[in-house]
Amino acid sequence: MKLLLVILIDGLVYSSWLFLVAAGLTLIYGVMRILNMAHGSLYAVGAYASASVVGWYYATGYPPAAGYALFIFCAMATGLIAGILIERGILRFVYGKDEVIILLVTYAVLLILEDAIKLIWGVDAYFAIQPYKALGRTSIIGVPFANYDLALIAVAVLVGFLLWYGLNRTRHGKLLRAVIHDREISMAMGINVPAIFAATFAIGSILAAIAGGLIAPSLSVVPGMGIEVIVIAFAVVVTGGLGSIGGALLGSLLIGISRAAAVHLIPQGEVLVIFVIMATVLAVRPEGIFVRAKERKI
Amino acid sequence: MSRGKDRTIPLLTLGFSLLLAANFVMPRWLSFLVMVSLARSLVVIGIVVLMRSGLVSFGQGFFYCLGGYTAGIAGNYFGITDISLTLLISIAISVLAGGLIGLLLCNYREIFFAMLTLAVSMILYSVIVKNPTLGGSDGFNVPPPHIFGISPAMADPGLSLPAVTCIVVYLVSVLIHRYFKSGLGYAGVAVRLNEIRVEYLGASPKVIVYSKYILAGVLASIGGTLIAYATGHVDPELAYWTTSGEFVFVGLLGGVSHVAAPVIASVLFQVLRSYALDLAPYVWQMLLGFVLLMIILFLPEGLWSVIARLNPKRRGDESAP
Repeated sequence: MKLLLVILIDGLVYSSWLFLVAAGLTLIYGVMRILNMAHGSLYAVGAYASASVVGWYYATGYPPAAGYALFIFCAMATGLIAGILIERGILRFVYGKDEVIILLVTYAVLLILEDAIKLIWGVDAYFAIQPYKALGRTSIIGVPFANYDLALIAVAVLVGFLLWYGLNRTRHGKLLRAVIHDREISMAMGINVPAIFAATFAIGSILAAIAGGLIAPSLSVVPGMGIEVIVIAFAVVVTGGLGSIGGALLGSLLIGISRAAAVHLIPQGEVLVIFVIMATVLAVRPEGIFVRAKERKI
Repeated sequence: MSRGKDRTIPLLTLGFSLLLAANFVMPRWLSFLVMVSLARSLVVIGIVVLMRSGLVSFGQGFFYCLGGYTAGIAGNYFGITDISLTLLISIAISVLAGGLIGLLLCNYREIFFAMLTLAVSMILYSVIVKNPTLGGSDGFNVPPPHIFGISPAMADPGLSLPAVTCIVVYLVSVLIHRYFKSGLGYAGVAVRLNEIRVEYLGASPKVIVYSKYILAGVLASIGGTLIAYATGHVDPELAYWTTSGEFVFVGLLGGVSHVAAPVIASVLFQVLRSYALDLAPYVWQMLLGFVLLMIILFLPEGLWSVIARLNPKRRGDESAP
């Protein structure tokens, strides 16, 4: 019973983190048909930004509570700036090319960003443990959980709700859904598709950076952290169905909880279980759980 | 095919014979560099086989690593150091692994194929890193090979291993050239251009992609085995995404319209890499990124298209993308 609870809560924490990363990736793909391989690097940029702000802020001795708002804001701001730079500087020149070609372009962006991170922040690990420790722990039927981790679940729920509300209950969301449904018709109807693209990429980048920024206090921020993330995030979105936010949610819950179960029951299978689930789902539903098969065009 | 005789095979023979002869007079560091780039070019040829069918694999490191570890494990645990035997074993293993994974992958194209191959190689990477019996993240040393029963201590290893590599790569490039000009080779181009037409013609795109995935895997594992003997060491880096990514880069750099393109690009890449990593280790990937962008935007058919443009007879090769 206790073990089950631990698995469930650990799984939810991990799922929340996965969802934050995967939501941005799947949103960008849904709207722009671009699988952004540099998404993990944007996540790393967010993590570095928040780790350095935390390091600086907690050394000054100002009230720690304001630190949370500050490091989350800084992660978002860096994500936004990096996203705009990438979209305006590189991606807009390759719109309309093959999906694979654009994948290679984002791979080039990934290579550039990975070294840019090393040039800006160096190759040593950053630690930003203060916000994580300051929140303390809560005991749930005798098992202590870090409050910071529990708060992460709340943040993921909030972000998920905002995304759902933005997409389904606002005018801009309606425009976005129109573009997801059919890009050419939307253009013909007078929707400013380039502006929608720019905005989507910026939102996706902010989501990646928030995920990185929030996770930074609970681990060490090191070069190369973005790559594992993009591989796992891809597994999540492809399990749920590429381009679907609901799919990202389902995928992250499925994979997050199974991974937590693996960590407690068969620790060697921690990474393997993620891909076993992905392969199983894909063997039954090749397009993922939430996406219908594409119609074939001659 | 009315554009004159195909002189590729005589030219390949000439080129590789010269390389083989040069091996005996080149300084050791140069012949090592050539050996490494030739071994790696096998992986790139595999990438090119897939690219001609419109598929980009970000996970050839998987097979590269399998090949390398086959040499290492055969030598350390079973005492098998004969290079012809280990090459056969790694071919068998890669056919098996590729045949199994290919069952899932042959349903996917484009970005799905790219990302799933990446996932496969990252699984192998994490399995090896977490497994101390496979050497963990340090890997292990590979005992020096025997070549057809002759101990390398007797026949100078600095000469014989590059020679073997050279011969293997020569044989592979002749075979692959023939393959490109065969029905199955052109079937790949047809899959890239229009898969449904291929089906209407009575061929199965899935089977074509499946066979090409296995072929590319076999080539990569041969490359991995050779590189393991060349460097005398294997580690999980062989399966890491940067390794696979470099192969994709070299494939794009050379272009896909001729089998010699990946070989030439691979040598060029290795030379640049050894200087760049010395001079500026922290901007090497950034440099790769910028060059990759330039290639995609301005030279989508790779360096080979520059060579082809100089020779008007080769213009308009129908297999170029």
